Amino acid sequence: MTDTDDSADAGWFAGGSAADSKATGDGPALRARIVDGEADEPRDWPELAVESGFAGSRDDYYDRLHGASVAATREAVRERERADDQQLVHAVRARDDCERTANELAERAAEWAGSLFDDAEPGIEGARAVAEREPDGELERRAVSLAGRVADLAAERDALAETIERTAPAVAPNLAEMAGPELAARLIALAGGLESLAKKPSGTVQVLGAEDALFAHLSGRAPSPKHGIIYTHEYVRNTRPEDRGSASRALAGKLTLAARVDHYSGERRETLHEELRERMATIRARAEGGSDGNGSDGGGSTGDTAADTEGNA
Amino acid sequence: MSDPELPAGVERREIDGETELTTRGPPVYGEPTADGWRAWDPDRSKLGGMFELGFETGLSGGETVLYLGAASGTTVSHVADFAGPTYAVEFAPRPARDLVEAAEPRDRLFPLLKDARTPNRYAHVVESDVDAIVQDVATRGQAEVAVRNARFLADDGRLLLAIKARSEDVTTDPESVFEGALDRLREAYEILETGRLDRFHEDHLGVVATPR
Repeated sequence: MTDTDDSADAGWFAGGSAADSKATGDGPALRARIVDGEADEPRDWPELAVESGFAGSRDDYYDRLHGASVAATREAVRERERADDQQLVHAVRARDDCERTANELAERAAEWAGSLFDDAEPGIEGARAVAEREPDGELERRAVSLAGRVADLAAERDALAETIERTAPAVAPNLAEMAGPELAARLIALAGGLESLAKKPSGTVQVLGAEDALFAHLSGRAPSPKHGIIYTHEYVRNTRPEDRGSASRALAGKLTLAARVDHYSGERRETLHEELRERMATIRARAEGGSDGNGSDGGGSTGDTAADTEGNA
Repeated sequence: MSDPELPAGVERREIDGETELTTRGPPVYGEPTADGWRAWDPDRSKLGGMFELGFETGLSGGETVLYLGAASGTTVSHVADFAGPTYAVEFAPRPARDLVEAAEPRDRLFPLLKDARTPNRYAHVVESDVDAIVQDVATRGQAEVAVRNARFLADDGRLLLAIKARSEDVTTDPESVFEGALDRLREAYEILETGRLDRFHEDHLGVVATPR
């Protein structure tokens, strides 16, 4: 790097070569300064750049700024979009789109195939069978081809799901172990990335995916939601209804810690998983031991979630 | 239609049989065009809405502009068409990808992947004494963002701000959200004009202000 001036009142062009020395190759350093630099206060940079000889004129300065800012921002965007958790988010959303589209198109394909072939079955399985047929004539060719597209989309969805299954543990080892790769990837996608998931309070994580219910609650129209997408977790779903509030709160708390460990340290932390197992055992013991809760939270199962959801608006 | 001065470079022209706000420049988002002029849809742009509603923006064309919350570049591309040097700040990578594409053919539009809440991260690029700040950020603390960025604005410059009530608080009614935001704004700005943008953007308040 050719940075010669890192003081807090230098412009992005500090250390850049003069306007007339063309072949110096300081482009990367200048772009890096646009992305990473800072200053306490703005100044008349165009004027200062001309004074320092970086640019021959204000117009020349703006030309150089345009080239550098477009290139720097393009690089920064690419880098941010390539970050692994962002790739995971893309994969989750693509998988969801493929699934939704495949199902929708399967209905159309089945309806059409049903009018042409006696034994056509509905759904994606049905579309796969239709796609195997030998078409006869123009209309059959189109209907069979459409069914083929449905089968292809479903295959793409399955391939994406496998990729997610493989990628999620690499992106977030603790979260994926605790939640399973599928739910871990969904949580990351809902939050928009691992970092933003790690920065959310556990009450927010608890109701991720239940935004409609949460806003209904905040507007005073409904009780607070007990759980969002984490409902799919065995710890919540297989806990008896009156304890699900506690279960989802305990799970969300540990998931949040797992996301933080994954984002900030990236190492596997066994104690986290043990603590959750113990806590869940305690909650489930209530089902055997009568209605008396013995958890540290006082054992309420529905009212106590309200406190967790505050501050999520 | 109320038509106070539109800036030079913004014209009402007939496109596809409709009279629309237009600017002249390369198309960005599939908007209708005619003779090199492209339609500026007030339903998709808070600033376009403010022009349609007759706000006195103080813009006459050729200004130096800092645009906060540039998103995909829809509005800022129109701004760069009629203004002078235009700095476009956007925080999210995905829309910024489109913003870069909009900026590439506009030689006085400078895209920056930055968070408008931390102005010191771009104060080494954005010059001082800009003529106008246009702000359309959909995060909590919109007035706070405007206050923190006041340092860029010339003493007689204009802040053109769209406040989205739902970004501040979904449960409180918009009027009280706006009042709270204006109170915060007054710590750094004198409010010149306010008006609801509801004809084009539900629960948004348009604000024109100048530094105190």
